[in-house]
Amino acid sequence: MIEMMNANYAAARAAKLARVDVTAVYPITPQTSISEKLAEMVQKGEMDAKFMMMESEHSAMSALIGASYVGARTFTATSSHGLALMHEMLMWAVGARRPIVMPVAARTIGGPWNIWGEHHDVITERDTGWLQIFCENNQEVLDTVLMAYRVAEDPEVMLPIMVIEDGFILSHTVDIVDVPEQEKVDRYLPPFKPEYPVDVKNPMRHGGLMMPDWWTEFRYLIYQSQEVARTKLLEAEKEFEAIFGRSYGGMMEYYKCDDADAVLVVAGSAAGTAKEVADRYRAEGKKVGVAKLRVFRPFPAEEVRRLADMTTTIGVFDRSYTYGDGGAMFNEVRSALQSTGSVMKDYVGGLGGRDVTVKFIEWIFDDLLRIAEAGKADRTVEWVGLKDGTGRW
Amino acid sequence: MESTESTKRYKFTIPQEEYITPGHSACPGCGEPLAMRYLLKALGPNTVINVPAGCCAVIPGVWPRYAVKVPFVDHAFECTAAVSSGIKAALEKKGMDDVTVVGWAGDGGTVDIGLQALSGAVDRDTDFLYVMYDNEAYMNTGIQCSGATPCGAWTTTTPGGKHIQQRRDKKKILDMMIANGIVYGATVSVAYPDDFIRTIQKAKGIKGPKFIHAYSPCPSGWRMDPRKAIEVSRLAVRTGAFPLYEFHNGKYSFTKEIKKRKPVEEYLRLQGRFKHLTPADVAEVQALVDREYEALVAKVGASGR
Ligand SMILES: Cc1ncc(C[n+]2csc(CCOP(=O)(O)OP(=O)(O)O)c2C)c(N)n1
Ligand code: SF4
Repeated sequence: MIEMMNANYAAARAAKLARVDVTAVYPITPQTSISEKLAEMVQKGEMDAKFMMMESEHSAMSALIGASYVGARTFTATSSHGLALMHEMLMWAVGARRPIVMPVAARTIGGPWNIWGEHHDVITERDTGWLQIFCENNQEVLDTVLMAYRVAEDPEVMLPIMVIEDGFILSHTVDIVDVPEQEKVDRYLPPFKPEYPVDVKNPMRHGGLMMPDWWTEFRYLIYQSQEVARTKLLEAEKEFEAIFGRSYGGMMEYYKCDDADAVLVVAGSAAGTAKEVADRYRAEGKKVGVAKLRVFRPFPAEEVRRLADMTTTIGVFDRSYTYGDGGAMFNEVRSALQSTGSVMKDYVGGLGGRDVTVKFIEWIFDDLLRIAEAGKADRTVEWVGLKDGTGRW
Repeated sequence: MESTESTKRYKFTIPQEEYITPGHSACPGCGEPLAMRYLLKALGPNTVINVPAGCCAVIPGVWPRYAVKVPFVDHAFECTAAVSSGIKAALEKKGMDDVTVVGWAGDGGTVDIGLQALSGAVDRDTDFLYVMYDNEAYMNTGIQCSGATPCGAWTTTTPGGKHIQQRRDKKKILDMMIANGIVYGATVSVAYPDDFIRTIQKAKGIKGPKFIHAYSPCPSGWRMDPRKAIEVSRLAVRTGAFPLYEFHNGKYSFTKEIKKRKPVEEYLRLQGRFKHLTPADVAEVQALVDREYEALVAKVGASGR
């Protein structure tokens, strides 16, 4: 059924459709309305889940780890400081192999205070072992939550997944969303049945002390599951398409990349803007493309490498900054492309809620086309749109 | 246990099933495995325990060995009560209402870093049993002062026995939890197994958040002979340093009444952690214990038993 809703409501609806058993919430802008919607649906009896009001995000994640151990399908949402406060338990969820699914309305972390969108919160958690999927629009948020449970709960994966929606840009913007029928979702998503639940009839210890003699092997198994998740993500999307008729390009979507002079790698809602600019440029005969980085963990190195066969010049847009030599996305794309001879440049911007406008993307494409023509980049990293006194922005 | 000539002569008042197997890795004389042993005797096999960092994460064994016969969930330091809430919610969702969820944590993991989660779980009205085993310091990291370390005790962060900030006594965690809204609260001691088990069995039958403060001697941290662990625990009760009482339906009552309290010095002098105390210090501790004990007697009196 077609409805109008923002990405937060889309995420909450997805939780209901997924027949989540246990939710634990704590408010933080711009995620809060996900929690509120869950509360409303549970209180009205529309959603059959246990709803826990927590006293912090750290406790919310902790509670879900406990619930998931018993075999409950679990759901929460957060942003920014909340995600950072969860950090310890994010790591624990991975080590405990808990298939928790959590939308994150990506947002700046202070100080100073800023509630608006960027990717620094989620990028900071990239080494926790959570799978991370960036969404371009509200429909993708709803659909990805459903796919995420399929992948997370797969016995060969058993890892938690973050479904990332840009704070305010998606979380608070109403768009058309095709809400799937429950019966179809039930067909797509069977109930969660863990192999080793907490069970008084079969007592075990879960997460007990482990010495150096086996720790490495357990980390290796997590690594292996992340690798298996690549195939599982593709399978989940293929089956999703078969039932619901929608798909999102797997790990990386190549939009007009084939014969492009330059391609911009971009994650999240800015991919939509970039695609639109690419369309206009193509109409003018300027050959640019967009590579939408949908899955950031596991990192799609193979898919990134394919770009080298399509184009010479590759830009990366980072909506966060990893203090060092360029943003995190740029560095990972660069390392995937090493020895391909691609010319590369990192564009940092859209921080703390600054709009990523058509003009902003045009500036990047123009720069990239210049680089393509010159055959080399003027510099490695550029912060785009800085108020630098030149009057350019 | 099979009945032999010697056991036949006694009538055991406590359940004989064992849920802690030999092979745990507590120090000699540690009160914690005893406390968990009594707890499980009282609760039986339909129990799930979750524990944070602390000796509780080490004592049950190193993977893949495990010395406890009920499901056990380990997790990070500050989240015991939150994890309990999650486990309970999932059990309820699955209609498994006959399983007792026990959050089990040390004093540091309760009165300090885990206090927020505990308060939240009580506020959420989680139907669980929270047991704080109190060895009166951060033992697993090597005897640092916690909010439950008694006045005057030596620890590695209070090397002179004095709190650097100020002199003060243990945080009144049971009072805090009563103010927070628990339905049942009690103190228990490994020196009194009958009372321990009776108390836990009573708590089990009550719905809602329940808080148990369990005295748990730590010979390593208290600098004492492991053979004296139970003696010291008993003295703690008899001197009034750790009175055994309960709170239920808004009323306080002693679960182990002490007619004539012994001088607290007898308790202190068995432990190396108090050996630096001067007679004046001991008098000060005695005054503190008296004050606390009389306040408790007044509360019990006001409850009109
Ligand atoms: C966030 C965090 N900070 C510090 C630690 C280190 N740590 C592990 S066990 C422990 C002491 C636990 O003390 P307590 O709760 O009193 O239990 P005990 O060791 O006495 O059994 C500490 C500080 C930790 N695991 N996590
Ligand atoms: S350090 Fe203390 S509490 Fe920990 S196992 Fe040893 S005796 Fe028990």
